[in-house]
Amino acid sequence: MITKRIIPCLDVKNGRVVKGVNFKNLGDVASPVALAQYYSECGADELVFYDITASVEGRRLFTDILRETASKVFIPLTVGGGINAVEDFERVLKCGADKVSVNSGAIRTPALIGEAAKRYGDQCVVLSVDIKRVDGVFRVFSKGGRENTGMEAIEWVKRCVGDGAGEVVVNSIDTDGVKQGFDLEMLEKVCEAVSVPVIASGGAGCAEDFMTLFQTLPQVDAGLAASIFHFGEVEIKELKKEMLTRGIPVRI
Amino acid sequence: MVAIIDYGVGNLFSLGSSFAAIGEEAVVTEDPSIIAQADRIILPGVGAFADAMHKLHTTGLDDVLKAEVQKGKPVMGICLGMQMLFEKSYEYGVHKGLALIKGNIKPIRDVIAPGLKIPHIGWNALHFTGNDCPLFRYIGEGEYVYFVHSFYAADCDEAVTATASYSVPLTAAVQSGNVFGCQFHPEKSGEAGLKILKAFCEI
Repeated sequence: MITKRIIPCLDVKNGRVVKGVNFKNLGDVASPVALAQYYSECGADELVFYDITASVEGRRLFTDILRETASKVFIPLTVGGGINAVEDFERVLKCGADKVSVNSGAIRTPALIGEAAKRYGDQCVVLSVDIKRVDGVFRVFSKGGRENTGMEAIEWVKRCVGDGAGEVVVNSIDTDGVKQGFDLEMLEKVCEAVSVPVIASGGAGCAEDFMTLFQTLPQVDAGLAASIFHFGEVEIKELKKEMLTRGIPVRI
Repeated sequence: MVAIIDYGVGNLFSLGSSFAAIGEEAVVTEDPSIIAQADRIILPGVGAFADAMHKLHTTGLDDVLKAEVQKGKPVMGICLGMQMLFEKSYEYGVHKGLALIKGNIKPIRDVIAPGLKIPHIGWNALHFTGNDCPLFRYIGEGEYVYFVHSFYAADCDEAVTATASYSVPLTAAVQSGNVFGCQFHPEKSGEAGLKILKAFCEI
């Protein structure tokens, strides 16, 4: 049986991990390469590198660390951030990324997903979408969750999957940072709408939130989080052991 | 030396790095003379079957590969590269493969339980079939490896060395003489994957 995936997300700026990392047993806690190796050894099923740099120099540093990570870590790597054109896919894929996640780039250029899927295959294209409730309606937000696009979120996700997005990362702005659990209502709606894998993001505060996620919504394929892993609040090894105890299929 | 055949598809960076990680020299190449010198050959592949076969054929590397198989050199196809080893694929039409292993490539959709997602993507456990395969020398039954595919190898019972369960057993690995294939990505399967590549280098 296919297992549920646990995915740590690393925000990278100018080649360094940001958003705080707190590991005693890690020499250079801001090195994305060291952190990726650490997570891989702990049993992470996949890694997401999110490039939050805006400068050309920062982009170059990012591809350098991506190449170094891919030469040392042998689990799937997804890259996001600054993906606005097919050339951006090419840039990160040749440095060792397996999948590329598109967010604002797809909103600005709706043909991007279709073009990339045609060239690299659906399995390579991940739609990342920031969703927030506005007057009871799920709306797509862009620019890191700052701008309401006015688009209805479920329709947007369906359209992107129809164009060739092979996976969907659902970031709930409503639950992000609140640490009270994943947005189950939102995730259920997305799962009903599409038949590709759905990755839950935003809201995990403790291991129990992952149990609730996978036990309430077995149709969700993976859980993604950042700071709770970086600060050691949730240890991936322990989390997966507990999942197994609860009968949730997981790779140990 | 391992030759990783480069015919213009996919990310070969990780594959090259994974051999480096186990201390094996690997060269990503489209040069027939280097492929002929290599001790073993990897046929990688992602994307669409017809497109990949077309590229392999127009570069003439299909004949180069067949000649090396004839000489008895160990060859391993990975993911789409494994599927290309078979006779035919029913991926968007009917397309001829390399016919190095008997069998056909068919859609997963036709055999799995309704409601399961396609592609079959993520980590799944290997189950050995009893057809003993040297690739699995260093790993055990139930080891997890990483899959991404929407089609699978059918009509090839004799060659199947491992399966993965997705409501039904799907072909995960095959062997016919010196020709090997993995539907999963050993280069993305952590320690278990590296052990499979190491075993391949010892064949």
